[in-house]
Amino acid sequence: MSFEYAPAPESRAVVDIASSYGLFIDGTFVEPEGGKTFKTVNPATEEVLADVAEAGEPDVDRAVAAARRAYDKVWSRMPGSERAKYLYRIARLLAERSREFAVLETLDNGKPIRESRDVDVPTAAAHFFYYAGWADKLEHAGFGPNPRPHGVAAQVIPWNFPLLMLAWKIAPALAAGNTVVLKPAETTPLSALLFADLLRQAELPPGVVNIVTGARETGSLLVNHPGVDKIAFTGSTPVGKRIAAEVAGSRKSLTLELGGKAANIVFDDAPIDQAVEGIVNGIYFNQGQVCCAGSRLLVQESIADELVDRLKRRLSTLRVGDPMDKNTDVGAINSAQQLERITTLSQAGEDEGATRWTAACELPEKGYWFAPTVFTDVHPAHRIAREEIFGPVLSVLTFRTPAEAVQKANNTPYGLSAGIWTEKGSRILWMADQLRAGVVWANTFNRFDPTSPFGGYKESGYGREGGRHGLAAYLAEGSAL
Amino acid sequence: MSARLDVRKTYKLFIGGKFPRSESGRTYKVTSDDGAFLANAALASRKDAREAVVAARKAQPGWAGATAYNRGQVLYRVAELLEGRRSQFVEEVAAGEGIKTKAAEAAVDAAIDRWVWYAGWTDKVAQVAGAANPVAGPYFNLSVPEPTGVVVVLAPQSSSLLGLVSVLAPVLVTGNTAVVVSSEKRPLPAITLSEVLATSDVPGGVVNILTGRTAELAPPLASHMDVNAIDLTGTVGAEGVAWGELEAEAAGSVKRVVRPRDSEPDWSQIPDGPRRILAFTETKTVWHPKGM
Amino acid sequence: MTASVSSATSDARTGADGSSSDTEKVLARARDVVGATELDDTNLARYLHGLPGVDKVGADGRAAMLGTRSIKTTAKQWALDTIVSMIDLTTLEGADTPGKVRTLAAKARTPDPSDPSCPRPAAVCVYGDLVHVAKDALAGTGVKIAAVATAFPSGRASLDVRLADTREAVAQGADEIDMVIDRGAFLAGQYSKVFEDIVAVREACRADGAQAHLKVILETGELATYDNVRRASWLAMLAGADFIKTSTGKVQPAATLPVTILMLEAVRDFRELTGTQVGVKPAGGISSSKDAIKYLVAVNETLGEDWLNPDWFRFGASSLLNDVLMQRSKMRTGHYWGPDYVTVS
Repeated sequence: MSFEYAPAPESRAVVDIASSYGLFIDGTFVEPEGGKTFKTVNPATEEVLADVAEAGEPDVDRAVAAARRAYDKVWSRMPGSERAKYLYRIARLLAERSREFAVLETLDNGKPIRESRDVDVPTAAAHFFYYAGWADKLEHAGFGPNPRPHGVAAQVIPWNFPLLMLAWKIAPALAAGNTVVLKPAETTPLSALLFADLLRQAELPPGVVNIVTGARETGSLLVNHPGVDKIAFTGSTPVGKRIAAEVAGSRKSLTLELGGKAANIVFDDAPIDQAVEGIVNGIYFNQGQVCCAGSRLLVQESIADELVDRLKRRLSTLRVGDPMDKNTDVGAINSAQQLERITTLSQAGEDEGATRWTAACELPEKGYWFAPTVFTDVHPAHRIAREEIFGPVLSVLTFRTPAEAVQKANNTPYGLSAGIWTEKGSRILWMADQLRAGVVWANTFNRFDPTSPFGGYKESGYGREGGRHGLAAYLAEGSAL
Repeated sequence: MSARLDVRKTYKLFIGGKFPRSESGRTYKVTSDDGAFLANAALASRKDAREAVVAARKAQPGWAGATAYNRGQVLYRVAELLEGRRSQFVEEVAAGEGIKTKAAEAAVDAAIDRWVWYAGWTDKVAQVAGAANPVAGPYFNLSVPEPTGVVVVLAPQSSSLLGLVSVLAPVLVTGNTAVVVSSEKRPLPAITLSEVLATSDVPGGVVNILTGRTAELAPPLASHMDVNAIDLTGTVGAEGVAWGELEAEAAGSVKRVVRPRDSEPDWSQIPDGPRRILAFTETKTVWHPKGM
Repeated sequence: MTASVSSATSDARTGADGSSSDTEKVLARARDVVGATELDDTNLARYLHGLPGVDKVGADGRAAMLGTRSIKTTAKQWALDTIVSMIDLTTLEGADTPGKVRTLAAKARTPDPSDPSCPRPAAVCVYGDLVHVAKDALAGTGVKIAAVATAFPSGRASLDVRLADTREAVAQGADEIDMVIDRGAFLAGQYSKVFEDIVAVREACRADGAQAHLKVILETGELATYDNVRRASWLAMLAGADFIKTSTGKVQPAATLPVTILMLEAVRDFRELTGTQVGVKPAGGISSSKDAIKYLVAVNETLGEDWLNPDWFRFGASSLLNDVLMQRSKMRTGHYWGPDYVTVS
């Protein structure tokens, strides 16, 4: 007897996708001046979902001007308690429309509906709810007696968690009293545009949040716009460096949340079944397209073979395929371009002598797919041990002692996250001290919470998102001393 | 009776707890504000800057690994030694900055007091800037500030001791190590500070002091891949230095950058919080499940 | 008869029933796994405490994730039939009478009078003194008779009494014996006592040519921690349990999904280590089809099809059957069903 799950598709009828979308500026959708558009596709089927406006210079000008007007005339004058109520309203509306957002996110991004339904959308709503409460308590947040917003915040977000990253950006910005121009990623603009619709429903004053869609050029126009006071960027380290260089010498405040190459360290006394789950969650969650993904498994040599066997057995039960199926664990890669990168780096892993293992699974013919893959016999010099793959590819390295684990874990220009698996409390605390990473998950992995600061060391960026610390990015500095 | 011929001083650099000459062998004349000869100082080179970074990196884990209580004790001890050199500092500040003795005394007193103020922060900053985060789940979740690593400090050009202390001490509080480029024209208080540090309990390499041209030393330090942060405060009034270019160089390794103000601040003001300390920290958040 | 394995396995007991050689095999395997010649408290503790720990939050999270699986249409039909076939239809009341047991047996014989294709449950589970009633009522159906024994549910009686209880049930024709472990001894670290009890009960199950299967109830609700559940599972398997079972149903919490998954992991790892397959039976508190399907999903994704049949997975339940029957009927007819349309037992 075998237990074959029948398809359990979520209904896509819960969301209306327009054939084309304009830019959301000053509370209304407007056509781009140049009339240029681009297409966004469902990466699981390659079906075109909609035509989306590409914002050019005059459009970005308009959006920044609208944000400035809204800041000067409305938002900066509004008591925090009133801002709070708008944010609460947004949180509630997100929860009410959660199914719509989850379906749209899955269609546009390719992530499993289980994840958009259980993680992305509820966490986004929770983020607004959390920061809503800060809006009228800023003077008690520990940033001096009279904390001030920057003004207009330019926010550029990635495609891996489109709505959640939007929430991470917009919620603290508005709570602190800034107005916003946000640019979603070009491959995943739809949930941000649906969010714009939600803002109208919430009756947020026009111009407080503006959404301009487009690709890299639009983002560059936005961050280089002289009318912008604050820039928050989440994306790759190379682009982050470029932005930092472009902003250099200006008075624009900048926070960056960039790439990672996290070590997930498993000791011989780990809670082994939970460690296996943690490894799986660490690198196959969201197809591994996660900046804090546990892409380097560092396992104590004495249990390496056993752990890898257990891991492979577990991976064989992962359900890869239609993201809209409620039972899918691993969905589609977000774009052809990303698939290309994953494929290239995996090939490099093979070429450099690592041993490749791929879970047996049938991949759909259309769309962008990559089966969960594990590389063993990986050494620190290999590209797959150093470069961010941003895909469902795990590199397994071994270590002998805690000190060696720390040395290998820290041997990267990145420093976003790390995992530790051991039942020994004092070792956890020692390891946590030694690891140069902004988030350390001990006996768990990939946990996120609105109250918990997130962000990196070294080339993984600077500034924190989430928690009290996340407010700092949206408040101006105090005295010169 | 003829006046005694004074012994003219040629100072050296302070790297890794030692006082080497510049590897370039170069020196430059340090004069008072009114142009009188004061001493020769080492004219540090790019290679000296590189050596200083190596020394700072080597010392960093140990300094960060000391207990906060211990760092506080060590830093407070430095204040005691500063007090002992008070008159020398007053003389150097007065001559270098061209201010009256009374004003120089006030600046030196404020500098010593500021050092004491920062020394007291070592075991408090984590309590002020850390957090136990109430996550919505069965997890213990704690955020703590940690030192960012090796910090390059371009010391203020005008305020040669008070300004220097105001930018250096906060870097050291959490366990960073520093490579200081002293005021170009007024390096003597920085040199004297290095002598104080050398006889204190501050481990070698925790503070490294380079004298020389900011315009020559700042670019290689700003682009150095093994530097975690840079304080550009001292670009104000430095000849041939554009801070925006340094910030752009710093972007290459995603350095934390503290930008200069448009003019050098009035350092006599008491800081309104630990902002300068926190500018050189990383918030680390640790999660652990809570279960039976 | 004394209460120790050494006497139970002494030469004097070597007889025609072959039970002592069975016991010897169990003991030899246990010694081999534990890596010690003496199966005393110290060596057993060393082994059991050396098993990987269980992180409760992670284990609960895994169970919650599996609980989100959406089982529809053909998969649901298959699951519902399979669940029926895995049920140990249970009555364990002080007020049980022969009449009550016969009613239950009739229900097992014909779960759904309107649908002859409905499978029968795996077994009927009763107190030992009512085994003969069930035996008579279920003759020829293939439905097994399971009896709770060993001073169920507390187990607080001398080993002699518990063995006598077991022997009586076996003699009456029980196919399966659901014993309880001495939780007090387990929590006190007297692992050898728990071990020897199980070995002795197993012997009683197999004495005189009998072939009763032994299900060992851990009463996980009293073991309190997941680490204890894992250790107790291994202790029971080492002592020769054919099945490990969560609960008596008399203690809260009874079966939970995370605890059951832990036990599934234990039988998986035990088979990998020893080659011996052990069954798992969650019991108590599983009353809806929706819940039961989650357990089936957990078996599927933890163990796979080797365990997806009544020989290796059971549900100890009473009200579950009717809920599954209503769901089956709903799927067959397209409309929701009411309790008046399924038979009480």
